[in-house]
Amino acid sequence: MRRSRAYGHRGGWAAWAFLAPVTLYLLAFYAYPLYRNVELSLREYTVRSFVQGGAPFAGLDNYAKILSDPTFGPALLHTVVFTLASLAFQFTIGMALAVFFHQHFPLSGTLRALFLVPWLLPLIVSASTWSWMLNSDAGVVNAALGAAGIGPVNWLTSPDWSLASVIIANIWIGIPFNLVVLYSGLQAIPGTLYEAASLDGATGWQRFWRITFPLLRPVSAITLLLGLIYTLKVFDIIWIMTRGGPTDSSTTFATWSYRLGFGNLLPAFGPGAAVGNLLIVMALVFGLIYIRIQRRQYA
Amino acid sequence: MRTPARRWRAVGTALVAVAIAGGSAACSSSDDGSSDGSGGGTYAIWDPYPQFNDDSAWVKLLKDCGTSAGVTVERTGYDTTDLTNKALLAAQQDNSPDVLIIDNPVISTLAEAGALTTTEENKLDTSSMEPNLLGAGQSGGKTYGVPIGANTLALYYNKDLLTAAGVDVASIKDWPSLTAALAKVKGAGKKGITFSAIGTEEGSFQFLPWFWGSGAQLTALDSPQAVSALTLWTDWLKQGYAPNSVINNTQTTSWQEFASGDYAFSENGTWQLANAEKLDFEYGIIPIPASGGGTAPAPTGGEFVSIPVQSDTGRYATSQKLVSCLTNADNLLTTDTTLSYIAPVAAVQDKQVAADAKLKVWVEAVKAAKGRTGDNLGTKYPKISEPLWTAMQAALSGAKSPQEALSAAQTTAAGATK
Repeated sequence: MRRSRAYGHRGGWAAWAFLAPVTLYLLAFYAYPLYRNVELSLREYTVRSFVQGGAPFAGLDNYAKILSDPTFGPALLHTVVFTLASLAFQFTIGMALAVFFHQHFPLSGTLRALFLVPWLLPLIVSASTWSWMLNSDAGVVNAALGAAGIGPVNWLTSPDWSLASVIIANIWIGIPFNLVVLYSGLQAIPGTLYEAASLDGATGWQRFWRITFPLLRPVSAITLLLGLIYTLKVFDIIWIMTRGGPTDSSTTFATWSYRLGFGNLLPAFGPGAAVGNLLIVMALVFGLIYIRIQRRQYA
Repeated sequence: MRTPARRWRAVGTALVAVAIAGGSAACSSSDDGSSDGSGGGTYAIWDPYPQFNDDSAWVKLLKDCGTSAGVTVERTGYDTTDLTNKALLAAQQDNSPDVLIIDNPVISTLAEAGALTTTEENKLDTSSMEPNLLGAGQSGGKTYGVPIGANTLALYYNKDLLTAAGVDVASIKDWPSLTAALAKVKGAGKKGITFSAIGTEEGSFQFLPWFWGSGAQLTALDSPQAVSALTLWTDWLKQGYAPNSVINNTQTTSWQEFASGDYAFSENGTWQLANAEKLDFEYGIIPIPASGGGTAPAPTGGEFVSIPVQSDTGRYATSQKLVSCLTNADNLLTTDTTLSYIAPVAAVQDKQVAADAKLKVWVEAVKAAKGRTGDNLGTKYPKISEPLWTAMQAALSGAKSPQEALSAAQTTAAGATK
């Protein structure tokens, strides 16, 4: 008895020792920054109190401030539109391409690899390239439109178009991810099902809606969820292409949070952190919804 | 025999040991010679000139100043935008460098944070500095640093293009004559002017010469003069004298447009002089005209040398020696030539013009220039600048009229600076 207890004890210590690094890592790099962000958003920070300490506790003042800010409404709307439009197009186009490449025609491997290029490029490169292409005066897109007899569009500099422009660029960047994940999902569907379906005389359309789509549902769900979390926090593309402008017309929560915290000579850390926390909550809500759906599926 | 795994482990251990040793060395270096300021030790200097490496004249100057003050200088170059956050964080952790060279509008922010010493505390002599340049480093009657050099904005023009369009540069004296020149250029099938009206501080910086040149004040963004300045820009866009892309242009992209040779004018800074020599057309420079003639006050750019607050006040004496060394007349000439800046001291400016006559127009522009945080605005400036650039973007993109945009900006600014 005594021996085994001692052994179990030592085993317990060993277990803790193995657990310690990952716990410390999680605490130092996840829990603490999160805690600091919540704390920042609950205090009234000025540059002075940021350096000297002693920022007064402000409760939910920062949240009240951003909720009543004239930027809040547009930023929320743009975040929702940006996320939904990006996801819808990325997923649809990604799915279409995945089904297309599933046919295994000659060169399909090479072409599929080419589709991955946007994914491999650093975001600063792709975003700068898009902003050159969409330049009102010297951009290739307007040159092409001009050749087709359509007047120039101020893609990045008109409040009516700037959000559409950043969405287009983001869709382009997101397609490869959807393509890759959905394509690998397709590999898992047994070919015999399709053979049986064609013997029963199912059309291509029916095969897609009756076999591919239902069997891809778990993969689709995780693709959409990951895409959603990525897209909610997209910052670089928008900041490089339009700085969230002109006049908030392409501002999302992510760019607004950055602008409050770092975009001005005089940083507003409190409100910036508050906007960031709203984003985290949004992502968390969708994550929880996903977990619930998944539980129900496996239950 | 050692197995590869073991060898890797040995390498890993060695790396950890090096890291720990390096870490403790880094920690101890800041404590070295802390008790007496003059008895050697290591002094840290941060600057926003990452383009200069250890072999450059700039870093040599820093080291020499250290040697003559009897200390070792440890210099780190940061990206400009990065340096503001770094300086704030360092101040928060009582880890500030001994000497900090930083962009002038940031001085008031750091002073507000209590991170910088005043000239009363650090005994720096600022008497030879031009008052309009020193203004950016002053707040509440106190001075927080010494300008190391200044740059500002003027109009670069394409000589070949203007000659072809039949425009005489000498005729450009005020806004109407400038607009008339732009109309002529457009009539000749070329493009008029490019500038940067991006929705950041850079955009406000570029708009200020026109804003101030109209007689407007930053405390009243919706004054008729201010509206006239924004209307000038908006009309240029409407008439096609300026490209629509200015709304997203940084000063670098606007320079690239000018360098393409299609544009007659570009509003740009002293720092483009080296690039201007590489243009494949003849260029010239004129000061930015004020609405009714004369030179418009442009905002000053350039950095200040400051001495951040230290817990050990004994270090200030040596830091003061370092700063005085960097800003004495001889060294200023070297430094400002390297940085392609205009010196903040009249005597050195004369020497610069004597060495390079092309700098004359820049010296004039710098003399007429104004600090953004001056006029006792201090940390109110950022809260005025953001509504200003927002209004600029709203008017140029056609979302609002100049009057509506500036009225909204004034409401926001007044609310924020209450």
